[in-house]
Amino acid sequence: MSQLLFFTLSAMTILSALVVVFTRKPMYSVLSLIVCFFTIAGHYILLNAQFLAITHVIVYAGAIMVLFLFTVMLLNLNADSDVPKSGKLRIAATITAGMLFITLLASIKSTTLGEFAFPPASDKGLVQHVGQQLFTDYLLPFEISSILFLSAMIGAVVLAKKEKH
Amino acid sequence: MTFLGLMIPLLPLMGFLVNGLLGKYLPKGSTGWIGSLSVLASFICVLMIFKDLGAAQAIQIDVFNWISFGNIDISFGLWIDSLTMVMLMVVTGVGFLIHLYSIGYMHGDEGFTRFFTYLNLFIFFMLLLVMGSNYLMMFIGWEGVGLCSYLLIGFWFKNEAYNDAAQKAFVMNRIGDLGFLLGMFFILFHFGTLDIQAVEGLAPGLSADSTLLIGITLLLFVGAIGKSAQLPLYTWLPDAMAGPTPVSALIHAATMVTAGIYMIVRSNVLFAMAPTTLTVILWIGVATSVFAAVIGLKQNDIKKVLAYSTVSQLGLMFAALGLGAFSSGVFHLVTHAFFKALLFLGAGSVIHALHGEQDIRNMGGLKKLIPVTYLTFILAALAISGFPLLSGFFSKDEILAHAFEQNKLVWIILFISSLLTAFYMFRLVFLTFFNSFRGTEETKHHIHESPWTMTLPLIILCVLSVIGGLIGLPYVFNVSHLLGTYLSAVTEPSASLIHHGEKLSHSLEIGLMTLAGLAAIGMILYARRKYITLKAIPEADSAITGIPKLIYHKFYVDEIYESWIVKPVFKMSEWFGTFFDKQVVDRVVNATAGVMESGGKTLRLFQTGNTGFYVFAMVIGMVVLFIIRLLI
Amino acid sequence: MEQAAHLVPLNWYLFLSTFLFCIGVMGVLFRRNAIIILMCIELMLNSVNLLLVAFSAYSGNSDGQVFVFFIMVVAAAEVAVGLALLISIYRNIGSTDIDVLNKLKW
Repeated sequence: MSQLLFFTLSAMTILSALVVVFTRKPMYSVLSLIVCFFTIAGHYILLNAQFLAITHVIVYAGAIMVLFLFTVMLLNLNADSDVPKSGKLRIAATITAGMLFITLLASIKSTTLGEFAFPPASDKGLVQHVGQQLFTDYLLPFEISSILFLSAMIGAVVLAKKEKH
Repeated sequence: MTFLGLMIPLLPLMGFLVNGLLGKYLPKGSTGWIGSLSVLASFICVLMIFKDLGAAQAIQIDVFNWISFGNIDISFGLWIDSLTMVMLMVVTGVGFLIHLYSIGYMHGDEGFTRFFTYLNLFIFFMLLLVMGSNYLMMFIGWEGVGLCSYLLIGFWFKNEAYNDAAQKAFVMNRIGDLGFLLGMFFILFHFGTLDIQAVEGLAPGLSADSTLLIGITLLLFVGAIGKSAQLPLYTWLPDAMAGPTPVSALIHAATMVTAGIYMIVRSNVLFAMAPTTLTVILWIGVATSVFAAVIGLKQNDIKKVLAYSTVSQLGLMFAALGLGAFSSGVFHLVTHAFFKALLFLGAGSVIHALHGEQDIRNMGGLKKLIPVTYLTFILAALAISGFPLLSGFFSKDEILAHAFEQNKLVWIILFISSLLTAFYMFRLVFLTFFNSFRGTEETKHHIHESPWTMTLPLIILCVLSVIGGLIGLPYVFNVSHLLGTYLSAVTEPSASLIHHGEKLSHSLEIGLMTLAGLAAIGMILYARRKYITLKAIPEADSAITGIPKLIYHKFYVDEIYESWIVKPVFKMSEWFGTFFDKQVVDRVVNATAGVMESGGKTLRLFQTGNTGFYVFAMVIGMVVLFIIRLLI
Repeated sequence: MEQAAHLVPLNWYLFLSTFLFCIGVMGVLFRRNAIIILMCIELMLNSVNLLLVAFSAYSGNSDGQVFVFFIMVVAAAEVAVGLALLISIYRNIGSTDIDVLNKLKW
């Protein structure tokens, strides 16, 4: 049962990822990326990382992709504004990515994964646990990430402001 | 005592640093006292060690382990035994007196502080030389004193001729140093150590007079030839008189030039194992002694006469070493330091009084005008001539006695050299101090005796020159030879290896001494007759002809060196400069630059500015790194 | 469902994640539109997130999930600033084509 779920979700992830890369209309790209994120959230739930799944949906699909949508609509991008690269460059790109894939696979093959306990503890992904870790072991990065957001906000506002002539 | 031993070289070094770095902030004149007192303090340390150190004892101070690779360990070490003590007392004692003298002599000179800085540095290096426990330490001192000699000869650097003289001294020293260095390499290679005591211990194990030993000792002797101005590397010493007179007294009379003799005495076992080298040393010493004495007969510059006299006396010392009489050589070294330093300082006093006049043809009648200088000078002249019962008499006679024992021909030649010494020394004395003044009225008006800082060292050295013979009274007087017994721990190991001649009988020895004393007095009287009674004055330069001209021009040795050696070297360097440097070296350098340039041009093509290309390059780089990681 | 994980071997997650990553890389190399490139970068980040969570679930260590949390934080900040930059470039140049931006050279 779980294997079936896994295969379905994986197929949808890969399909939507391919659509993101190959489609000519930017709007379709954005929308299919949203679908991709939802499937990845589904994977998270499969792995019992519930807190992350919800956070993932809220942050990525809810915030980041909305940003992308706004930008696409602001810049008024459509199919005409997308000029493809020349054929040679595309072939080169494909070959490079393929080589990367093969190299990574070879690296994976040459390593040995450690032994993992069966069944894995299933309550590690729950909110209480993650929250506990965040607020005790990882408190400092947690607080600093708020400063990071502050600087990102200021940066974004300053950069995107319309210049007064 | 280790602390005192370390202080001995450190105190002059500190004097050098204080004078060198802080000299311009200190009040004028105090730098002279700082320099002199640091040497005095060093001398006091020497005396304190002398009080406690027995004649057969030695102190070894290893400051740190300097070089060690493989089996070879060379430490930065000091070694103090009886021979070292003798040298230390001469260097620091006479050195202090000369420092004191310089305070008066260099007064008013704009390089006053610089002078004392260099002098202190010189003393430091000389102390390293005599206290070094291995040949490398000795070599550091050897090179260092050569450097200071260069700095001090060319002290008045605004004069081109003085700079040339300094360069000549340095280059000739270097030629000798090459021999020393090669000798050291051979010692290191065959003995595995440069420690002097170790080498002395290992040397008897080799076969006597083997090619190896002859080679090593000859190479070391080449170093001594350069440093101690023997034939053929002696021409720098007369030219070195371009430096201030205290420099001539300290470096070129009492200390640096004696380094060669010290080195040979220090390695006496090594040299005793190679009798062939000893014969070479003997004949070079003998030849130098008489050759220089002949040239000294006709020189008219007060300092040049003394310079040739130094070369001649050094030849005598080397002859003593060649005869295997090591302690006699040291004895003459000590007495020579006293009276030769005194002679130079006295000459400096005369030059100071005459405001720079150095030609004895323009002097005369100074006896009544600068009495202290006159008295000390004539006593020193009597000592060097071998006047009976003064220090020079005993030291010279010891050498002559050893010569008579081994080789009568050597004795004859050295005897002739002593006669010539007595003659030209008193020629100098009579022309300078007797009869009437031959210079200008103006100069005569300004003649005055030197200040106490200059006359006090003269008096002290005079006393030492007179009584110095007491440390080496011959056994025929039924007293023990103090210096000989003191040095016996150092010279004993080689004594059995030397082939001494038949020991002289008491009467024969006394007879020889009387003969030498009478001969000295005879020459003095002959010189008196010629220069005082007959009032002979050396001719002007243009009027000299014939054999005297040959002698006056120093047998044209300098000119021969110039045309046979110097000019070809210059021609070769010119060729290198025009052909080799331009055609070969420049081409190589330019080609390298060209390769770099074209490499750069090629690499520049990677910077297209295209963002997409950069991302592409990043991914390719990542892939390559992964592949490398997989393969290695 | 608690034992769902052990029926799906960890290797499969590795392959999935690698494949997603390579698709992201190809997207970055393939497209000329800057916004699409940014989206492909997000895709790469997410593949890594997936792998981290998988490892975390299989080893019972929740450190991986905390790490993913922080990656999300950084990704969010990066997207905000990146898009702001893009808009300002668009205002100056008039297009989002990265081949137009070729001044980064000597």
